Amino acid sequence: MSDLTKLSALELSSELTKGSVSAVEVTKAHLDRIDSLDKSVQSFLHVDKTGAIKQAEEVDKNRKENKKVSALAGVPLALKDVLTQQGVPTTCGSKILEGWIPPYDSTVVKKLKSAGIVILGKTNMDEFAMGSSTENSAYFPTKNPWDLTKIPGGSSGGSSAAVSAFFAPLAIGTDTGGSIRQPAAVTGIVGAKPSYGGVSRFGLVAFASSLDQAGPFARTVLDCAMLHEVMAGHDPLDSTSINQPVPDVVSAAKLQDVKGMKIGIIKELGGEGWQTGVLNRFNESVELLKSMGAQVKEISIPHSLYALATYYLIAPSEASSNLARFDGMRYGLRVDDGNFSAEEVMNKTREKGFGKEVKRRIMIGTYALSSGYYHAYYAQAQKVRALIAQDLTNAFKEVDVLISPTSPTTAWGLGERVNNPMAMYLADLATLPPSLAGIPAMSVPIGLADEDKLPVGLQIVAPFMNDDRMYRVGGAIEASLKTKWNGLLIDQAPALGGAK
Amino acid sequence: MSTYDEAIKKYDPVLGLETHVELSTNSKMFCGCSTEFGAEPNTQTCPTCLGLPGSLPVANAIGIESTIRIGLALNCSIAAYSRFARKNYFYPDMPKDFQTSQYDEPLCSNGYLDVLVDTEDGTKPFRVEIERVHLEEDTGKLTHAGGTTGRIHGADYSLVDYNRAGIPLVEIVTKPVPDTGEYAPLVAKAYVTELRDLLRGLNVSDVRMEEGSLRCDVNLSLTPKGSKTWGTRTETKNVNSLRSVERAIKSEIERQSLELDKGNIIKQETRHFQEDTGTTRSGRSKEVAEEYRYFPEPDLVPIAPDKAWIEKLKKDLPEQPSIRRTRLAKEWNFTDLEMRDVATLGGVDLIADTIAQGTSPASARKWWAGELSGHASKAGVELIDLKITPTDIARIDALVNDGKLTDKLARQVIEAVLNSEGNPDEVIKKRNLSVVSDDSALIPAIEEAIAANPDAAAKIREGKVQVVGVIVGAVMKTTGGSADAAKVRELVLKTLGQ
Repeated sequence: MSDLTKLSALELSSELTKGSVSAVEVTKAHLDRIDSLDKSVQSFLHVDKTGAIKQAEEVDKNRKENKKVSALAGVPLALKDVLTQQGVPTTCGSKILEGWIPPYDSTVVKKLKSAGIVILGKTNMDEFAMGSSTENSAYFPTKNPWDLTKIPGGSSGGSSAAVSAFFAPLAIGTDTGGSIRQPAAVTGIVGAKPSYGGVSRFGLVAFASSLDQAGPFARTVLDCAMLHEVMAGHDPLDSTSINQPVPDVVSAAKLQDVKGMKIGIIKELGGEGWQTGVLNRFNESVELLKSMGAQVKEISIPHSLYALATYYLIAPSEASSNLARFDGMRYGLRVDDGNFSAEEVMNKTREKGFGKEVKRRIMIGTYALSSGYYHAYYAQAQKVRALIAQDLTNAFKEVDVLISPTSPTTAWGLGERVNNPMAMYLADLATLPPSLAGIPAMSVPIGLADEDKLPVGLQIVAPFMNDDRMYRVGGAIEASLKTKWNGLLIDQAPALGGAK
Repeated sequence: MSTYDEAIKKYDPVLGLETHVELSTNSKMFCGCSTEFGAEPNTQTCPTCLGLPGSLPVANAIGIESTIRIGLALNCSIAAYSRFARKNYFYPDMPKDFQTSQYDEPLCSNGYLDVLVDTEDGTKPFRVEIERVHLEEDTGKLTHAGGTTGRIHGADYSLVDYNRAGIPLVEIVTKPVPDTGEYAPLVAKAYVTELRDLLRGLNVSDVRMEEGSLRCDVNLSLTPKGSKTWGTRTETKNVNSLRSVERAIKSEIERQSLELDKGNIIKQETRHFQEDTGTTRSGRSKEVAEEYRYFPEPDLVPIAPDKAWIEKLKKDLPEQPSIRRTRLAKEWNFTDLEMRDVATLGGVDLIADTIAQGTSPASARKWWAGELSGHASKAGVELIDLKITPTDIARIDALVNDGKLTDKLARQVIEAVLNSEGNPDEVIKKRNLSVVSDDSALIPAIEEAIAANPDAAAKIREGKVQVVGVIVGAVMKTTGGSADAAKVRELVLKTLGQ
């Protein structure tokens, strides 16, 4: 097996099951590629070689002893550094958590481990998942494997870069306002945000509790669905976890048929200000869906125009409270000259430990929750949020899924929007409405923009706990484009530094 | 005229009480950790109650049920939809730097508790209206080392124990209570006493003030007589016994009246009650309204209790303490005053349990309210905290009735049991305290007593048996009370030919 890193999770799974390759070999192949190429991509904050090989050995042992193992046992994965893994550093891309080793596994990690999925390490991210480019990481920016001068999206940019650079066939990200879908779109891979409550948040270091949701990244829709199935399910440790069967996303991804499906184009997401190449690819996808027998029509989500304003009140408000615990008292960074009072330790630790964007959002949130402003900002935003959700509920009375471009533009240049937070926030325009409504959405690659030859993503949005519907549409589009391209879009990515 | 009487003549006090009750659930409010009191610091913790990154709360159903039962017992209406809220503030005893509490959507609201107060004109009823009963989590416990104040400012360092963090805490807030006049301290004390008994009857909390499972903050303001606007209130914390509730209010009425007399204004502030002096001292100023940035806790789902369930909880409530006391007073043949004394001592259940083991009501009351209450007040604890059980008392009482112990010996046995020397039988054996009824041991003492009281002896010999008490008394005196009085009488009469 010459290039194990080019195989999908499904292909690896089949080789591992056949016994033509061992989990240790698969793991080592990926670790080797990370070793030689991640210095230019910088997708990992921490590579856990010892732990990964140990896990792989365990899987091989179980297979040898004919113990029952899951389909993805032995397949490597990259984990966003916002989910706790016992004994492995978790920084959330922040200096304030530098050196913290969690004493417990997040539920997602527990599920990955029990499925025998090998966790290679922790991936880079915007500090506390706040950002759309991974440039807000307190450690270093991650590069887009398609063009190392471009951003890989964010906040789960380390995970999207790792999958698109073939460092791992699977990755976990988290999505609060688009942090899985937008990175997936700009790196030409598949990423899904499950229904809110579909995947346990226990062990996911909170940014905005009512929006945060962990989800899968992969290079194919079916791989993505398989990982989704492993991650999802009710967790009694998360009160907001949904106690319902996991939608059958794997079968839906395999269906490759959209005949008779009703698909709505979100009217408000597109048009002026959107990159032409993005809109061109989107329009082609619409035609493609029609040609496959779907009924496509335009549908209005009027309150989606207020999604950005709503999101940037609710998310920072929750963040201002969620991030209060980082005070230097119990773990992580502590700034103390030995004579500081408790209050001084807290102030100075937070001053030094948090980056600019995190401070900005803590300040916005603190302000929005203050008495006298609460009703005008936070409470008002919650009302608008309900209206957006209502719009989407109404839309689903007419159509099965909704679609839009995932992001208004392709990947932009590193540093281009660092000093313009508003431009950065606009990257999430299309991904915010489903987040606010708590409904599932995913991004699948639909081609390269004419102008810059960079990947474009299609966002597919489904009703609450009907995650399978988006996989059905995504799987069908992927199958059709695969024939056209004679492979996946990601296969067209330029080789990293010429190395294979 | 005393300062207090002067104050009451010029001002009307307005009371308010905020009571925190630690629920006695097995596990904490939002995680599975034990709530056992007195464990090694920080051993009853987990990622959730330590507020570790990524941890999440799950509400304890028993905690919610207990809160609703408290609300029902206090005649509150139970919310059809209630939410937890985050109360945000930075302090090292708060693992998350916010407290999960309730804000504008409490579980219970608008209730009342009726209390009785003894006045010169007889017993007077007062209704204390309840504003709200809500559920929250306790904070960790800080210990400040070094420094002189025992407070965080000026301490060399501080230690924090998170065992307490996350223990369910119910806050019961009264509405302002006007029109109590000179009885304000007594009304407050009666309210807390009644509340304590009600909570004990519900079996939802240990309600031990000295262990902090029942904590009381007292709000007080004074209004000049005839004025319609209430004065500025102070909030006094650290009021840790029933007696302190009364003393704190009395002292605060005196202090505020002296300030107002001088033309000073009352500062809105937190004050701390000091046990040793019985006065309050200034704490944190509350001039700047505190900014807690409350918002609904997004990590927890709203509580929408089922109506039928509420009805069932209501039906299954135990008898209200006041009704129960009236019933028991009748059964036990106690006067109202006797019963109220017993209730104030927290002795109703102890006496009931003692009676259940065969002791007569009068004896049970004598032991608990007479003998043991003295021990409790000397030790500065409550009756229920004494290291003696109703079973012990019932046994001691039985031994006295059987003539195996005299009252005096019984007191010695009680002292020994309180000193943890064992149960009554063990103590009697160890200390060799049994009543002397052996003839040979008693004869010398009897002979000595007859010799010392020749007149009495002569009268008995003549048949005036009723004089025998003089000789018996003398024998009891020389034997230090350890003699069996009936036996002594029998022997004295026999010796003197009767």
